[in-house]
Amino acid sequence: MSSIIEGFTRAFSLILNLDKELLGIIFLSIKVSGTALIVATLFGVPLSALLGFKKFPLKGFFISILNTFMGLPPVVVGLFIYLLLSRSGPLGFLALLYTPTAMIIAQSVLAFPIVSSLSHSAIISVDPIIKQASMTLGATPFQTSLTIVREARFGIMSGIIAAFGRVMAEVGAILIVGGNIAGFTRVMTTTIALETDKGNFELALALGIILLTIALVINSALHLIQKKGTVGANR
Amino acid sequence: MKIGLAASNIWKSYNGNQVLKNCSFSFNDDGVYVLTGSNGCGKSTFFRICALIELPDRGDISYFSDGEIMQKNLELKRRITLLLPKVGVFNTTVFKNIAYGLTIRGIKRAESEERINKVLEFVQLGHKINQNALTLSSGETQRLGIARALVIEPEILFLDEPTASIDQKNTEIIEDIILKMKNYHKATVIMTTHDMQQARRLAGYLLVMNEGQISAA
Repeated sequence: MSSIIEGFTRAFSLILNLDKELLGIIFLSIKVSGTALIVATLFGVPLSALLGFKKFPLKGFFISILNTFMGLPPVVVGLFIYLLLSRSGPLGFLALLYTPTAMIIAQSVLAFPIVSSLSHSAIISVDPIIKQASMTLGATPFQTSLTIVREARFGIMSGIIAAFGRVMAEVGAILIVGGNIAGFTRVMTTTIALETDKGNFELALALGIILLTIALVINSALHLIQKKGTVGANR
Repeated sequence: MKIGLAASNIWKSYNGNQVLKNCSFSFNDDGVYVLTGSNGCGKSTFFRICALIELPDRGDISYFSDGEIMQKNLELKRRITLLLPKVGVFNTTVFKNIAYGLTIRGIKRAESEERINKVLEFVQLGHKINQNALTLSSGETQRLGIARALVIEPEILFLDEPTASIDQKNTEIIEDIILKMKNYHKATVIMTTHDMQQARRLAGYLLVMNEGQISAA
């Protein structure tokens, strides 16, 4: 028990003293997950709009695939990206393995189905009367589509935040493709795994506290967005 | 130049249920046309077809101006508008809801603001300008719908059951708005109602839809 309390004391000391190593790890984590999220959003939201507005063969199958991929095991994604980027793999010439870029790719793959699937759900949940109202006011088909996406914005943002929560807490994929190299590819979750193995609990605990704080901030933001999105829901 | 409408021999069915049967109607005079008929007789279907947001199974809708038939393009669609019985309110402020039709037409903000303020006063919603439109009452929502349609200054305004499911006070406000519309910007108003007394109060031209066809009352 005393070792746990001591671990927490040292952890808070690291946080309060703005430990350089700690800050570096946090910064890299946010940079990798944030970039992955931007990539997933840039591809995921337009895809969700396409799935929401266009009719094409096998559309239902694509949606089922996306929904299934929301639960992709990170280690499996890590394995596939590793095989693609390894020296003997098809993209080995890019020399991206064990770099933050490889980690961003892996996390983008994990975040993409979450962003696109939840955005698609949000778009198709918009009341069809919005489409008709937009058309009756003289909107072009493109303007009508944009209006529907805008009406779905709170659901889309919920999807983006859910994806951010998933990639920030993910360890399997980035450990495989990033290699957990100190000062280069070491992020919060991989550090926690490594330091726990080594018995260095203070840094692991400090990062755990920060990770939980980030999760709390993300969930609070999600709650606020959902609350804002249901303004007037009684009507 | 004012535009007129000619609907010729319109047929429309849904799932084998024939709603419109060889329905024809035309006008080229501004004023208030009121189309009455029982619920489910095809008034709303006819309006959606006239407003060019739905196609008939057979028959033709033609708009004409100065004796010439107009092409059914975006330019024409922006000269007419339809207010649906359930107003599709955007999840934003009253101001932005009303600005929608102006924004998609690329109208500059200064002109938009002037037109929006004017129309808000007209429908008595000036005090709600910054409120989220989803929090308005049913009657206010209906007035918002009218304001959103009026601000784009349509030449033909279709109002589908504009006072259905709202209280007496709001019904009176909306009837007053409809009566003043002609003077507001000289739009032709074509509305539906199943309230015969209301139809008589408002109509310049009273029409009846029965078994999928329109006739003068």
